[in-house]
Amino acid sequence: MSITPDDINHIARLARLKTDDEKSEFYATQLTRIMDLVEQMNQVDTDGIEPMSHPQDAALRLREDVVTRVNQREEYQAIAPDAERGFYLVPKVIE
Amino acid sequence: MATTTWEVVIGLEVHVQLQTKSKIFAGASTAYGAEPNTQACDVSIALPGVLPVMNKEAARLAVKFGLSIGALVNQRSIFARKNYFYPDLPKGYQISQFELPIVGKGELEIETDKGTKVIGITRAHLEEDAGKSVHEGFNHSTGIDLNRAGTPLLEIVSEPDMRSASEAVTYLRKLHTLVRYLDISDGNMQEGSFRCDANVSVRPKGQEEFGTRAEIKNINSFRFVEKAINYEVDRQIDLIEDGSEVVQETRLYDSEKDETRSMRSKEEAHDYRYFPDPDLPAMVLEDSFIESVRRSLPELPEKRKDRFIQEFSLSPTDADKLITEKETANYFEAVCEKTMAEPKIAANWVLGELTAALNQENLSIIDCPMESSKLASLLDRIADNTISGKIAKEAFSLLWSGTDSVDKIIEDKGLKQITDTGEIEKIVDTILQTNSAQVDQYKGGNPKVFGFFVGQVMKQTGGKANPKQVNEILRNKLD
Repeated sequence: MSITPDDINHIARLARLKTDDEKSEFYATQLTRIMDLVEQMNQVDTDGIEPMSHPQDAALRLREDVVTRVNQREEYQAIAPDAERGFYLVPKVIE
Repeated sequence: MATTTWEVVIGLEVHVQLQTKSKIFAGASTAYGAEPNTQACDVSIALPGVLPVMNKEAARLAVKFGLSIGALVNQRSIFARKNYFYPDLPKGYQISQFELPIVGKGELEIETDKGTKVIGITRAHLEEDAGKSVHEGFNHSTGIDLNRAGTPLLEIVSEPDMRSASEAVTYLRKLHTLVRYLDISDGNMQEGSFRCDANVSVRPKGQEEFGTRAEIKNINSFRFVEKAINYEVDRQIDLIEDGSEVVQETRLYDSEKDETRSMRSKEEAHDYRYFPDPDLPAMVLEDSFIESVRRSLPELPEKRKDRFIQEFSLSPTDADKLITEKETANYFEAVCEKTMAEPKIAANWVLGELTAALNQENLSIIDCPMESSKLASLLDRIADNTISGKIAKEAFSLLWSGTDSVDKIIEDKGLKQITDTGEIEKIVDTILQTNSAQVDQYKGGNPKVFGFFVGQVMKQTGGKANPKQVNEILRNKLD
């Protein structure tokens, strides 16, 4: 499977990463090699093998429904870039 | 001119906020209406290094829903990351379920004008809610409140089985009643505890293939669901008939303008790149857990409706109205237990006078100022002929607004029914004497005048004469 620089630009945009033409070319070549490896692994017969969703063979730990956290807004907002009247502030989001 | 008949295809995605005390992956409170960010803990604001720990109660409530619709409950389910960027989602991904959701295929039956219809439920999965963005009131900034971030949601996805806006509303109401019965959500639409997105498309009738769909977001009332879908259907038909095409996109319903408009035109917005969340191994639920949830299932709305029809000889329509809100059904049953009146009479009063009085004051049945025992005692006085049904309405409003007992009101206001035959006869005699012209008409073969006499007697007695006796006496005298 071949990854094009356009694919790289698309993926980068989704991940909010900055790229340029030179880098996109470079990553396209690298990712194509990775996808080739995936393709090679796809050759293995995996019939009847359950897909793995997690590397550890552990079940999820469940906690009881109890409120354990107290309000620490002041501490958190002290390290935030900006806050006002209890809200975190971010650059204006325009729809 | 031959026009195409269009068929509407609707599927709904309903987000139900699960009624837990703490968030789905952290111990912060989920109470509504707190000061901004006072319930936004380190996990809610996604400080680096924090880890999610799953709330058992959220799993229990989801399973409860699954069992109630006879769905497959996946004892092994997987959490995934749904990746997108928005300031009220500080992690850059929402923890949701993609492959292997907690609830698989199930179904819900709805009543339509064409009879019972089965709506398929594709799946229901657990996920966390995002925070809230406030765009007004901050100079060149948007304010972010992360109190809601991490609140547990159950997203219930239907099959595209609905064929009209009214079917969609019926399904939605049914689902709303169900989650309230199950006590898994308060279902409060104004507070966003029950939200609906609608996938809408049209196709020429008879065509197998679906048309291109648009997803309408942010519909927060039953009325708006109907309006938003109808608007969208008309828009799509107009587009196609004008030779244009429907674009697959997300649209926002604006209830003030009653229109939908495009929200995200960029198709990449839908590229969520789901992958299993490495922070959360598969959730495995034991048989014993599922069985204990099964044992906790309450009487479900359909069952209760059937029981009301059987036990109280109610019509399906009345039974349906009574069971829609479980508190109304509880109230009705409480009245029935305490009164000697027929359940049918109790149903009429609960659905009639009581509901009207509640609506008038904009109250829900939960805040009903009149205890069920009060209504029961009023109905008793009708049943034992102390007052007529008509006079009882007058007593009802006094009972509603005051603190006096039914018997005191009847006594004080002199509402007691006249059942003394002699007294009624005297009144009838006077009326027949003073209205000889009408008597002649009646005897001359106009039976309609009979009602005139009944009316006159009621007028004379202030509505307090027993109607049955009045009729009997009049018949004796006239026929």
